[in-house]
Amino acid sequence: MLSKKTKETLLGPLSKNNPVIIQVLGICSALAVTAKLEPAFVMAISVTAVLAFANVIISLLRNTIPNSIRIIVQLVVVAALVIVVDQVLKAFVYDVSKQLSVFIGLIITNCILMGRLEAFAMGNGPWQSFLDGVGNGLGYGIVLIIIAFFRELLGSGTLFGYQVIPDVVYEWGYQNNGLMILPPMALIVAGCIIWAHRAYNKDLQEK
Amino acid sequence: MEKLRKYIDKIKPNFEPGGKYAKLQSVFEGFETFLFVPNATSKSGVHVHDSIDSKRTMTVVILALLPALLFGMYNVGYQHYLAIGASESFITTFIYGFLAVLPKIVVSYVVGLGIEFVSAQLRGHEIQEGFLVSGMLIPMIVPVDTPLWMIAVATAFAVIFAKEIFGGTGMNIFNVALITRAFLFFAYPSKMSGDSVFVRTSDTFGMGAGEVVEGFSGATPLGQLATQTSGDVVLTDIVGNTISTWDLFLGLIPGSIGETSTLAILIGAAVLLFTGIASWRIMLSVFAGGFAMSLLASTFASATYPGSFLTPVDHICLGGFAFAAVFMATDPVTGARTNVGKYIYGFLIGAITIIIRLYNNGYPEGAMLAVLLMNVFAPLIDYFVVESNVKRRMKRAKKGGTTNE
Repeated sequence: MLSKKTKETLLGPLSKNNPVIIQVLGICSALAVTAKLEPAFVMAISVTAVLAFANVIISLLRNTIPNSIRIIVQLVVVAALVIVVDQVLKAFVYDVSKQLSVFIGLIITNCILMGRLEAFAMGNGPWQSFLDGVGNGLGYGIVLIIIAFFRELLGSGTLFGYQVIPDVVYEWGYQNNGLMILPPMALIVAGCIIWAHRAYNKDLQEK
Repeated sequence: MEKLRKYIDKIKPNFEPGGKYAKLQSVFEGFETFLFVPNATSKSGVHVHDSIDSKRTMTVVILALLPALLFGMYNVGYQHYLAIGASESFITTFIYGFLAVLPKIVVSYVVGLGIEFVSAQLRGHEIQEGFLVSGMLIPMIVPVDTPLWMIAVATAFAVIFAKEIFGGTGMNIFNVALITRAFLFFAYPSKMSGDSVFVRTSDTFGMGAGEVVEGFSGATPLGQLATQTSGDVVLTDIVGNTISTWDLFLGLIPGSIGETSTLAILIGAAVLLFTGIASWRIMLSVFAGGFAMSLLASTFASATYPGSFLTPVDHICLGGFAFAAVFMATDPVTGARTNVGKYIYGFLIGAITIIIRLYNNGYPEGAMLAVLLMNVFAPLIDYFVVESNVKRRMKRAKKGGTTNE
């Protein structure tokens, strides 16, 4: 269905070219919003949407943007999209939007966005850029959700807010791990994902 | 001895390359070098060896830990029988404590050494002995009522994330035992602080059952400080009797298992200093730092921070200060290595411990956090000490010109 190049653009960022675990971009928000699955999920969708559409818009404008002010133009486009996303979240999922607080606004400063706009949208057509944006957004989202899964499961005993560790386990003396709620554990879980990923993909290991 | 040596020599070929159990070579070697000093000699050049190697060093540290451990066991029993208002013989008291502490030691060693053995096998290294000491330290720095599974989880976390991923023994940035404690402290705060974990009120394996007496409070002296609101500080033991500095020094007070008795810790310190294993510079400067800081604090004592009314000597005898100074700060792997650096490193540990203890109500004790913080700074301190040495000598070389030092 898709040509090989298109496929690579869309699916590459999911694993071998993942923005978080290979390029190590967007780490700050991965630490901030992953204490629970729900905000992580919403964040993943928000970033994917902003990234995909920002990529398309910049790609359409790429031949008219003067080189010397391109960063400003990119920021304006991203900021506009982020405001739209922020308003949509406030309108439809107010609670989550409260939880995410400034981090939706901070999507503007997410390194993945600037990275993709600079490296991809400025040099490729709108369709390709759209796929690239979706791919990278999903790649970011997958890592976020994996981290949030472990942090919420071990830190709160819940998934998406529903208790999954039965009460009887708590009666045996099990306790939730408070450290999982704190940001350092997000880094350590991210580190473990990178570890597992490189152990599986031997070609990614640095010598 | 002879027989053991002969037996080992007999089974050795099985573990050498090509032998039946060649895969378990690292395990075998671990045990062999633990039992006997390896007799391998250098093949080239001139080398001077003495018989001390890291296994022997670790053994001495374990010996130094013994007084504090044994006293800790006795104290666990003592506090328990005090809490239930029974008076038992010395032996019974000790056995109660022994039974309460032993499972923790076993869990800590089994988990920690298990991970070390597995990772040594996976990497094809020989087994590193660093966990011998950490495994003994871990049960000594936790409250007696910490559940065993928590110790297992925390030990596994610390050995993997604070040690193995940095490259194993000798490569870790942080003190492994303290990372275990920090993990427990932040992950399960309700089991690591407060007034219900430092004294065991239930029975141990059916021994010493009873109801706690009226007026019982399991708060440690530092816990009492943290909740005190007025200026006149009165520390009490668990049944409400006032305790003096002498009691704090002897250590029959509630606290983490090995940390309460400054006297027992000082015996250990004497062993370490006599054998030259630990650095007297670090030890001395930790005490100096703690003393100086608490002197400063008591000069500017205020009722907002009740702890500042205590004398410096009290502060040094309280909580984990002495234990951290003698056994934690002196860890040669994570501490500073230059002589001047050791003074700075130790002094800051002492001072920061007291600062955290007095001025941060969230943390009644600061020794753990202070040592971990200075672990991070140790390389930086060393760097500046070396740089300033280089600068000074450069200056001298330029000025002097011809003199050859």
